[in-house]
Amino acid sequence: MSDIQVTLGQTSLGPRKIVIDPVTRVEGHGKVTIRLNEAGEVEQARFHIVEFRGFERFIQGRMYWEVPVIVQRLCGICPVSHHLCAAKAMDIVAGVDRVTPTADKMRRLMHYGQVLQSNALNFFHLASPDLLLGFEAPVAQRNIIGVIEAFPEVGKWAIFIRKFGQQVIAATGGRRIHPRLCVPGGVNQNLSVESRDTLRGDVDQIIEWCCEALELHKRFVHSHEALHEAFASFPSNYMSLVGADGAMELYDGTLRAVAADGAMIFEGVRPDQYRDYMVEEVRPWTYMKFPHIRSLGREDGWYRVGPLAQINCCAFIGTPIAEAARKEFMAAGRGGLVHATLAYHWARVISMIHCAETVKQLLFDDDLQGTDLVVTGDRRPEGVAIIEAPRGTLLHHYQVDEHDQVTMANLIVSTTNNNEAMNRSVTKVAIDDLTGHEITEGLLNHIEVAIRAYDPCLSCATHALGDMPLIVTLEDAEGAVIATRVKE
Amino acid sequence: MTPESVATAPMQTRTLGPPRSCDQPRVLVLGYGNPGRQDDGLGPAVAERMEALRWPHVTAYDNYQLNIEDAVEVAEHDVIWFVDASRTGPAPFTIEAIAPAATLEFTSHLVRPEAILAMARQYYGRAPHAFLMGVRGYEFEFVEALTPAATDNLRLAVEMLEKRLRAIHRPEPT
Repeated sequence: MSDIQVTLGQTSLGPRKIVIDPVTRVEGHGKVTIRLNEAGEVEQARFHIVEFRGFERFIQGRMYWEVPVIVQRLCGICPVSHHLCAAKAMDIVAGVDRVTPTADKMRRLMHYGQVLQSNALNFFHLASPDLLLGFEAPVAQRNIIGVIEAFPEVGKWAIFIRKFGQQVIAATGGRRIHPRLCVPGGVNQNLSVESRDTLRGDVDQIIEWCCEALELHKRFVHSHEALHEAFASFPSNYMSLVGADGAMELYDGTLRAVAADGAMIFEGVRPDQYRDYMVEEVRPWTYMKFPHIRSLGREDGWYRVGPLAQINCCAFIGTPIAEAARKEFMAAGRGGLVHATLAYHWARVISMIHCAETVKQLLFDDDLQGTDLVVTGDRRPEGVAIIEAPRGTLLHHYQVDEHDQVTMANLIVSTTNNNEAMNRSVTKVAIDDLTGHEITEGLLNHIEVAIRAYDPCLSCATHALGDMPLIVTLEDAEGAVIATRVKE
Repeated sequence: MTPESVATAPMQTRTLGPPRSCDQPRVLVLGYGNPGRQDDGLGPAVAERMEALRWPHVTAYDNYQLNIEDAVEVAEHDVIWFVDASRTGPAPFTIEAIAPAATLEFTSHLVRPEAILAMARQYYGRAPHAFLMGVRGYEFEFVEALTPAATDNLRLAVEMLEKRLRAIHRPEPT
């Protein structure tokens, strides 16, 4: 496990704190603080996310069968992930350990369609300007329009892979927005033959476009190998769901955690065992929790989740094109794990391929037209479920009383799992790029590139107009502002 | 429109959208925000009310936030009304004409309306006239209802929008 260390020294300048306040939202705000030591060198950096914890209280008192619908209010990017994770937890509460094949496959189809379209948004809209145009390209050009000008086909892939994923969600959930597929113990509907045939007609094109996106991205990787390996990077632990056979598994399975050297930390951990293996630490300077692996302790037990972790943790991918891509990806680790932070994007495209292949497999499974949709069982007081959301491991834990009302909710979202890792990446960038006490455009740019790899969710479902500036503040040791820079 | 049709059709020469009716401008009202966060639901509420009118030249839908695929819908219309809640500024609402402008954010949880217009223009070769309406909201807690003051602003915003859209509406030929 590497840790980022800097040498302490003395300077007449004294400690300095650089604050980057990238976004302000209704429920709080995120900002980056870079703390300098007495020598004026970077000591540490923190990516603050003022996470509004009220949502868990909002769920309390709700009837348990309402929760899979209500939790979609949590996130505007991945409401489907919360819908499915809550449904899995409420299956347990409903006394159901195994839903019907039709219910299981309908949920999987929705989930893989969701992960596909969410990863596509990240890769094409957020990452591709940095990767395809270069980090140092002018800001005015480094955006999705600049990408489309340089690579016209990328815009087509972006929009229509997204739209395909939305079509899968609409076909499974009844509607594109606010889908209502799941109920505790099963699903509301099967897949119509008409929807199936429409999606079948498009899925091969989607797989092909995902593969073309991978080839385009690999050209960036191979032409910038040193940058790709070193930028904002460090060895770390990783955690994700895997299947019983070790395969990549995004919908169900058990938790596996591996150390930076590839050694197994734990595996086969069921969702209801999470508190035996993980600790959710609270720190005074942020509302976000810092989960870590119990056996490794606070200092060494942090880990990364998301596409990079999903590939580092699994033994193989169960779809052929993605598996071939995984093998090529792992070769970059020279026999070990891949630790490059920018490799999140590479892994994300492989995940897109896997999702598209899985969607295709499901579309040719007749169970999707089955009519056995819901099973029942004996009510239980508690349910825990885990799913691999687009940004990584997502956990929902509920307790329900005898009146069917939720009395406790605990959610560990992907961004929370990546909390410490994002701090480390920002610290690495600051160490590499900060010179003097000026927040340069280049430093800002690189910090944003690092954060984009994780694509943090800031309890994002609220987007009131007028609250999105990038504010950069330079403060002295007493907190007095030396300089402020605002990026609208 | 399917991905296959996109794959084979040359860009910028594709026929977009449904057949136009007597050259009537096609209007899209796109409301966004989270109805589970009190007044942040103003955008979806406006879209819902405009959709309820069922005017043939008006399409209305809502979402939690804007997404890149909205560029397709945007490109298929002549006039776009993006409707969002506003935390600051005058009540009951503000209206601003907006133009295509691409930006790069640090999170995918933000896509601006100007960026959607830029994608529509870049990809389809046309950018419709567009307005951003900010309806003033006041409370943004985890409550699935608008505040009374925001409800008043919603009513005034819908009245104004109805008036504007009625002005460009022409009856179907008989």
